[in-house]
Amino acid sequence: MTPTVEKTCAAGPADEGTTRVAPVVGRTSTTAPAAEPAEVIRTEGLTKTYPSSGGRHEKDVTAVDGLDLTVCRGEIFGLLGPNGAGKTTTVGMLTTRVIPTAGKATVNGIDVVADPARAKYFIGVVHQVNTLDRSLTVWENLFFHGLYYGMSTKASRARSDELLQRFRLTHRAGSQVRALSGGMARRLMVARAVMHRPAVLFLDEPTASLDPQSRIALWEMVGELHAEGQTILLTTHYMEEADAFCNRVAIIDHGKILALDSPAALKHKAAAGKAPVGNAKAWLAQLRALERTSEAPSGNGNAAPDNAAVEAALIEVINAAERHGLSLDDLAGQVTLESVFIDLTGRDLRE
Amino acid sequence: MTAVSVPVGVAAEDAPKARSATWAAFKALLLRDLTVLDHDLAEFLPNTLTQPAMLVFIFTYVFPRIGQGIGGSNNAGRFSTLLLGGLVAQSVIFQGLFRVALPLAREFDITNELEDRVLAPTSVKTIAFEKIFAGALQSLFAGLVVFPVAAFLPSTPIYLQAHWLILATITPLTCYTSAALGLTIGTRLAPRLVPLLAGFIALPLGFFGAIFYTWDALTPIAWLKYLVLVNPLVYMSEGFRAGLSIGVVHMALLPVYAALIGFAVLFTVLGVTGFKKQVIS
Repeated sequence: MTPTVEKTCAAGPADEGTTRVAPVVGRTSTTAPAAEPAEVIRTEGLTKTYPSSGGRHEKDVTAVDGLDLTVCRGEIFGLLGPNGAGKTTTVGMLTTRVIPTAGKATVNGIDVVADPARAKYFIGVVHQVNTLDRSLTVWENLFFHGLYYGMSTKASRARSDELLQRFRLTHRAGSQVRALSGGMARRLMVARAVMHRPAVLFLDEPTASLDPQSRIALWEMVGELHAEGQTILLTTHYMEEADAFCNRVAIIDHGKILALDSPAALKHKAAAGKAPVGNAKAWLAQLRALERTSEAPSGNGNAAPDNAAVEAALIEVINAAERHGLSLDDLAGQVTLESVFIDLTGRDLRE
Repeated sequence: MTAVSVPVGVAAEDAPKARSATWAAFKALLLRDLTVLDHDLAEFLPNTLTQPAMLVFIFTYVFPRIGQGIGGSNNAGRFSTLLLGGLVAQSVIFQGLFRVALPLAREFDITNELEDRVLAPTSVKTIAFEKIFAGALQSLFAGLVVFPVAAFLPSTPIYLQAHWLILATITPLTCYTSAALGLTIGTRLAPRLVPLLAGFIALPLGFFGAIFYTWDALTPIAWLKYLVLVNPLVYMSEGFRAGLSIGVVHMALLPVYAALIGFAVLFTVLGVTGFKKQVIS
């Protein structure tokens, strides 16, 4: 599958018909939409090579290799890949923490290498580990973040209160952040990251190590932010989440984009190349014939239902499918993003 | 849940101008560090005061009364006087060092909580300078807290005289250099070693830092007298002695200022580049 890199964004938020969250409503901004570039992130040939640590047989490691991608205003864009694929390094470069070896990256039109201080103004980051300021209270974490970004004391205070309420943390305002549960801490990190209204919110493995309930709560809040027009770039190795929430995903491995499209399009393309093969096809045809026979009304001279034959054929089909490395989903044409990934990389995402 | 204000990206023109953004971020980072100091005051005060108070008690109260060597006999007042400058200098350097180096080492090694501040919309250099500035303010506070203990607690007489011009220059220079040393150690020493600071950095600094003796008094041991010149605390102790007391021999002011300025520049360069190395790859 050849990567299809979208080079231009339509003006306004992306709406590609695959959005699973609520459509964009009531966007309010102090600036006229015309002043906002349609693309929030753009990378061209973005590359990061880490020098070897000096061992005789060690080679330089290219963590990100000539990455070209465009993230449009208003979309949720997923970087999907196994550990070590280059996702975190890519986010590091886009958030000014990693200096690219080659290539270019802009955030909201600002070159992140040439003008990192200015670029940081447009970036909100939620890391996969807890990076809350443990010397400050829950409320102070938000309040000081606002001040770092030049908000007045009054504005930062009001927005801190508002976000605590919105992220259901008001009752913990004066708590030490150490006392928060994993889900609450992650919610506070998201609240802090959007405190200064960034042009793009980076979520690095946002639901890693969260329990299912906290995961649902977090996605609900992320969905609301997106519905209000927040552009989001997330990295994940949870296929289901990428499938459910991303407008577009880039499948990345060894620092390169292997495929880039909407989850539906990726699955569609994969399904097209996945016609049942060889004996499995024949067995499936036979099974269908038997099913038709069994469904036919009795007493009209046709063969009687033969459950044993159906079962035998079914077992043959399953066995044949397994021999060809196919799941029953594949046979039925229901490709998951996970199987797309395995097709592209030859390995399981969680390996 | 109500959708109140909407986090929509702003246009590039909306970013504040570089200088005002830098100043705003610097002020906010400083306010954050002082707020943390305020939270920690119950730990900061005993931590700053215990050692000087005990030294003053043992050296200037107990020893003279039991007639034991140091601090005792007929030069007891001279000893209390020379100890004053040394104790203030020691408190300044240790608080500058520890209040910067320890949190940094913890943040780099374990908690990653510096992340949010590193992402503040200003240069990494500004964030590193703020660390030095905040550390300097905290070491100044430590010096101010220790001064009355060292000046008024001793039972033996102290020949105190403030030389304001010297104090007004030596104090900020000492505070700044101490915090810059903290940034150097906090960013360049392997984080797992930093908690051991007290043992292998603070003790040699203190014992060879001209706290309990003047630098000039080392004359009989010439090799030691010149070896301790690599220790910035020597110039700090001698500088405070020059600024606070009368009748105690101290190092000439020119080498004191020259060395402190030299150390300030060296630790700033090492500390700021060390900080950059830690946060940018």
